Amino acid sequence: MSAPPLLEIAGLSVTFPSRSGKVHAVRDIGFTLGRERLGIVGESGSGKSTTGRAILGLVPPPGLVSARRLALNGTDLLALGARERRAIRGKRISMVMQDPKYSLNPVMKVGHQIAEAYLIHTGASHAAARLKAIEMMRAVRIRDPELVYDLYPHQVSGGMGQRIMIAEMLVAEPELLIADEPTSALDVTVQLQVLAIIDQLITGRGMGLIFISHNLNLVASFCDRILIMYGGRIVESCAAGALHEACHPYTRGLLAALPRVADGHRRLPVLTRDPVWLLP
Amino acid sequence: MIEVAKLSVNFWAGRTPIPAVKRVDFTVAAGSAFGLVGESGSGKTTVLRVLAGLIPPSGGTVRLAGEPVGAQRSRPRRRRVQMVFQDPYGALHPRHVVDSILAEPAEIQGLDAVDQRVARALAEVGLGPEHRFRYPHQLSGGQRQRVAIARALILEPSILLLDEPTSALDVSVQAEILNLLNRLRAEHRLTIVLVSHDLAVIANICDRLAVMRQGEIVETLELEHLRRGVSTHPYTQQLLRASEGFDRAGLAQILEST
Amino acid sequence: MSVTAAPKPSLRAWLLAEVPRSRRQARLAGWYAAWLVFRANRLALSGLFIIVLLVVTAALVPLLGGGAAFDQDLTRRLLPPSAAHWFGTDDLGRDIFARVVAGSRVTLLIVGLVAVTVGPIGLLIGTVAGYAGGVVDMVLMRITDIFMAFPRLILALAFVAALKPGIENAVLAISITSWPPYARVARAETITLRESEFIMAAKLQGASMARILWRHIVPLCLSSVIVRLTLDMAGVILTAAGLGFLGLGAQPPTPEWGAMVAAGRGFIIDQWWVATIPGAAIFIVSLGFNLLGDGLRDVLDPKRG
Repeated sequence: MSAPPLLEIAGLSVTFPSRSGKVHAVRDIGFTLGRERLGIVGESGSGKSTTGRAILGLVPPPGLVSARRLALNGTDLLALGARERRAIRGKRISMVMQDPKYSLNPVMKVGHQIAEAYLIHTGASHAAARLKAIEMMRAVRIRDPELVYDLYPHQVSGGMGQRIMIAEMLVAEPELLIADEPTSALDVTVQLQVLAIIDQLITGRGMGLIFISHNLNLVASFCDRILIMYGGRIVESCAAGALHEACHPYTRGLLAALPRVADGHRRLPVLTRDPVWLLP
Repeated sequence: MIEVAKLSVNFWAGRTPIPAVKRVDFTVAAGSAFGLVGESGSGKTTVLRVLAGLIPPSGGTVRLAGEPVGAQRSRPRRRRVQMVFQDPYGALHPRHVVDSILAEPAEIQGLDAVDQRVARALAEVGLGPEHRFRYPHQLSGGQRQRVAIARALILEPSILLLDEPTSALDVSVQAEILNLLNRLRAEHRLTIVLVSHDLAVIANICDRLAVMRQGEIVETLELEHLRRGVSTHPYTQQLLRASEGFDRAGLAQILEST
Repeated sequence: MSVTAAPKPSLRAWLLAEVPRSRRQARLAGWYAAWLVFRANRLALSGLFIIVLLVVTAALVPLLGGGAAFDQDLTRRLLPPSAAHWFGTDDLGRDIFARVVAGSRVTLLIVGLVAVTVGPIGLLIGTVAGYAGGVVDMVLMRITDIFMAFPRLILALAFVAALKPGIENAVLAISITSWPPYARVARAETITLRESEFIMAAKLQGASMARILWRHIVPLCLSSVIVRLTLDMAGVILTAAGLGFLGLGAQPPTPEWGAMVAAGRGFIIDQWWVATIPGAAIFIVSLGFNLLGDGLRDVLDPKRG
């Protein structure tokens, strides 16, 4: 197999300058991704979201991104200029964020937003874009897509909004989807529907997925492989099915701290953080 | 301790009533913990706010320690029911230091020895004197939630209402707060009503729970039943399955239900 | 905003202490942190410098020779700026420097009177209307609308006609027409704060409405009111000057800057300094308030962590 992996990352670091020196959000991480579902799990401040943004080139200033290698399907992203990088966003890598309330344009019809995304990246005609958008809305299991096409974001529910967001992100048929807590703002039952739709589209199209979440259970049950991040580092990497065999004390601590329905009023073991975990 | 009978709450959109809670009944024995679980829009938080006296009921009765109560309550009665909110960022006044946040309820209620009470409350929730004169933005999410719990307990209430107290916190911090709540509950013999969307959190604190959906209680069950997965209502079973995570085997069924 | 940049390292360390030991230390440390942010903004700092200069000038009027503001000497009319008269003299032979210096008191008086009437009235009406809601809100906001609809200059004219021309009546007219925007800002902020969880917690503790307003809501509305006041001060000074210019504000021989510009307009071509120098004073002080307000907005922004 000589084909390059879908995504290659080596030595990726992100720092933010602050009044009291540099803050290291991501410290020298590396991984490769094939056409698989990769989960990145961590608590707030672990650098998981910043990693996702760094891949897209969306780290807000004054953040500084550096990497030894950052390549998508053999294309070196670091060598690209701002304009070429922008062309890749949406076309080859897309991102679904946590809350559709903030990521959809409130004054634009939802169908139009999907069609617009298609137009920008393919240069298709308006009529073709409309058809494509409706087809995509059907793919994310929106009933009566012709009717929903003309609704505004405030007229749709959270679950529907997130499905529209997914349709918008996948309409240009990217190779990689980065989903940052895509279901955390949704109710549990709706959550599973949205995940099922993502799952179906990813496997059907042979795409890669990076699924960023704080929810260990969800990631373990949804993804193929998991990276566990702590303090900007990847502390452990394992197959999703083997999560319960994880050996890093942080991963074990997180797993133990999770309350479970079957356990009742169990006293939960508290995680004690070891500064050693932050050392390379 | 808490008796709720045929409680209804309507919100108004112009002149049309929108029912948020529909004829809900439940009782909570003194010293026990009761959970209300449901998704957004199920009315669980509305029930909690009626118990707190923040919104008036549209129908039905609420009795606390045998006395019927509404939203208008005297100052001594207010003291008996305290509440911890979901958002540790929005629940503390951004321009007050921890010391004034904790001293204020005691001053309002005219309690003596405010200074000692504040120190004791801080120690009880596991915060040191070094946190006493900090502003909320100088504290972590878990520390803020501890302050909010201390503020509720400083008035020595008999009933503590918890509205998603850990849903904004990281897993490891959630564990600390749940342990703290369980300890305080035993030490103060508190009667607790906990609202959450997370069955595992409910199971960690509560002895009994009610499952709410669209303003109604669909099922009330004991902790033991929940733990063993014994539930008669399909909605409860759906929530239980969802709490286990994603199930690829049941994918077709999930997609059908969209 | 006091200048607390401490030369002593011990005081600085005390203010930056990781663990404050008292409410007072925590509050002072908060102010000091705000000062550090403010100090980083050069323009705001120059605005503060101008305002401090205005206050110092007003305090030291006799020392700076402001006592000569009323001394006429018709033999020394309309002299250009020189070593004896730094800013020249006006048509009655009065020293313009002395009059500008003495005028700082008038300006400060106007600014102070407007600030202490407009801020509290707007804050009180806005927070009460926003918090109480319902009928109270309706009534208070309609009253606000009525006051908002008064044309400022016409009202001033009416006041002058009914009472007598003078600085107090000018200030009164400005204040009466200036508070409604403050009430609106305070009301809008109160409405967003009313539903917040810390207000609910205060209600649960049994806090009265007065206590919730005074201890919880007012401190959070105060910063935007202060910023707005500072930014509006330039407008107030200009309006007062405009009234003075029209002869409705300060009356001769009071050394009010607007009135001085008006008096100098007859000689604007040949003796430019008579009108230009008080005009420049108005300009500089207005600019100072604007720069200060901008800096304060950065410092007092509640979203600043």
